[in-house]
Amino acid sequence: MDDQDVGKDQSVGLVTPQTAVFDETLALKSGATLPGFSLAFETYGALNAARSNAVLVCHALSGNHHVAGFYDAHHRKETLGWWDNLVGPGKPLDTRRFFVVGVNNLGGCHGSTGPMSIHPETKRPYGADFPLVTVEDWVAAQARLADYLGIDAWAAVIGGSLGGMQALQWTLEYPQRVRHGMVIASTPRLSAQNIAFNEVARQAILSDPDFHGGHYYECDPSAKQPVKPRNGLRLARMVGHITYLSDDQLAEKFGRRMRHGAHRFNYEVEFEIESYLRHQGDKFAETFDANTYLLATKALDYFDPAFDYAGDLRAALARARADFFVASFTTDWRFVPEKSREIVYALLHNGLNVSYAEIDCDAGHDSFLLATPHYHATLAAYLRGITL
Amino acid sequence: MSSALTRMRGRFDFAHIARWIAPGERVLDLGCGDGTLLRLLADTRQIRGYGVELDPENVAACIQNGVNVLQFNLERGLFGFEDRSFDHVIMSLSLQTVRHTVPILREMLRVGREVVVSFPNFAYKPHREAIAAGHMPVSRHLPYQWFDSPNVRFFTIADFERLCADERIEIIERMSFAEGRLVTRDPNLNAEVALYRIRDREPGSGNP
Repeated sequence: MDDQDVGKDQSVGLVTPQTAVFDETLALKSGATLPGFSLAFETYGALNAARSNAVLVCHALSGNHHVAGFYDAHHRKETLGWWDNLVGPGKPLDTRRFFVVGVNNLGGCHGSTGPMSIHPETKRPYGADFPLVTVEDWVAAQARLADYLGIDAWAAVIGGSLGGMQALQWTLEYPQRVRHGMVIASTPRLSAQNIAFNEVARQAILSDPDFHGGHYYECDPSAKQPVKPRNGLRLARMVGHITYLSDDQLAEKFGRRMRHGAHRFNYEVEFEIESYLRHQGDKFAETFDANTYLLATKALDYFDPAFDYAGDLRAALARARADFFVASFTTDWRFVPEKSREIVYALLHNGLNVSYAEIDCDAGHDSFLLATPHYHATLAAYLRGITL
Repeated sequence: MSSALTRMRGRFDFAHIARWIAPGERVLDLGCGDGTLLRLLADTRQIRGYGVELDPENVAACIQNGVNVLQFNLERGLFGFEDRSFDHVIMSLSLQTVRHTVPILREMLRVGREVVVSFPNFAYKPHREAIAAGHMPVSRHLPYQWFDSPNVRFFTIADFERLCADERIEIIERMSFAEGRLVTRDPNLNAEVALYRIRDREPGSGNP
């Protein structure tokens, strides 16, 4: 196709989410089972006749299936997909060539079966009774979606952060079903510091009086605003958000700038960074579910493919057959480049094809969501090299 | 590792390097530029190759060329690469840009069964003449002015061979060139580039 086919904005345009319903029991890693489940997903581009051009995009902690395009032409910016800068006609993950699938993970709060869903037996929302799910469980559920879509093998599975963990897990769980694993800003396991931040986030939610042991959905349906642990979720997001950004970037963006120019000696917003964090927290508390946030942070904490191999990541990755693209960001202090290099060395040990980019970008962990030229050029080059 | 130098490094030595590589080998190319050599070796020798390159544009170019590339800084050594995990470790026309010369040589000898290294010979006759005339040499293989050169180590064929003797590094084979042609007579004077196959005289003992 020539470039005239590409709209000026290179957008996949207006998109509509779909739902796949699975009437089968899913056994989870915890030992619990789900009697059936639904997955919300979106697709962009067209599956080719050989069914060889499908790419799965896995989301991170707060993401979902809405990867690209928009829901409302009058509110494009507000309804834009979370990785729209990557996916579209003429973009690095080019929808003229690839059939791209975004999925909301199990336990999510944007359409897939999760704590907000109705328990088929009790006829009440699962709430805190929704079982804890792991990255392995997410990948197993995504494999059902691949079956549903008639995709035997993904051309690539790509994800950043927690999404990168899923991409890696795919290559281990289904070595024959993924040709390229693209693991970005990720890690083979969380550090004690990472877990510590997650625990602070969880405690913020769990200690909120509006949490009601996770069964807050059923509280006072007559209330003007549904009951939810807003403050807890808001605090969780605020502390999380700090770890996504770099010190330099915060210094540049906010520094010590103040709202009023002088100290007011109270606890209202004074520094711009406070205003920014509160805004991020408020926004998130309205659109996200606290139970989903809790279980997703646990999925992060549990992820450790080397756990069953006495901590030997090289042995853990021996099952993989895919080619790999691994990328990290110089200012990411949440999942430092060293963690990505560890994945690279384990892949080298196993004689697998791997390319690794260490991208210079000042935006910390969230760099993986930006369209930094070197980053996107490298991604585009790698994706162009995938044979269909 | 200088981006400019690795991007424009000479290609005439690639054919000679390829002759030393057996089919199906595992090859590590340090400062691999745009991946041309690894592409050549993959096409002609079916090797499993990896390049190490710091320059972002070169990294993208390698990927474009279908070559495995790792964006590592060589000044940090080859930490993470396992002992004898490659049949050949290659460093083509880049040794003079690395500050920690002996540590990187040691690392290459640790990781590779054999090492292939090439560098510009500072004692090449026209270079000596430039010095004698009072100026730092500028030539095809030393194309930089003294103030913008990425080269941080200036050495000669004689210097390198003395270092090998001191470090108990075995020189298996040497080829030297000027104007793209093989030089056999007094290479330290007549060659502008030298290409070596070396290995550790006492494998396993060398890693400091």
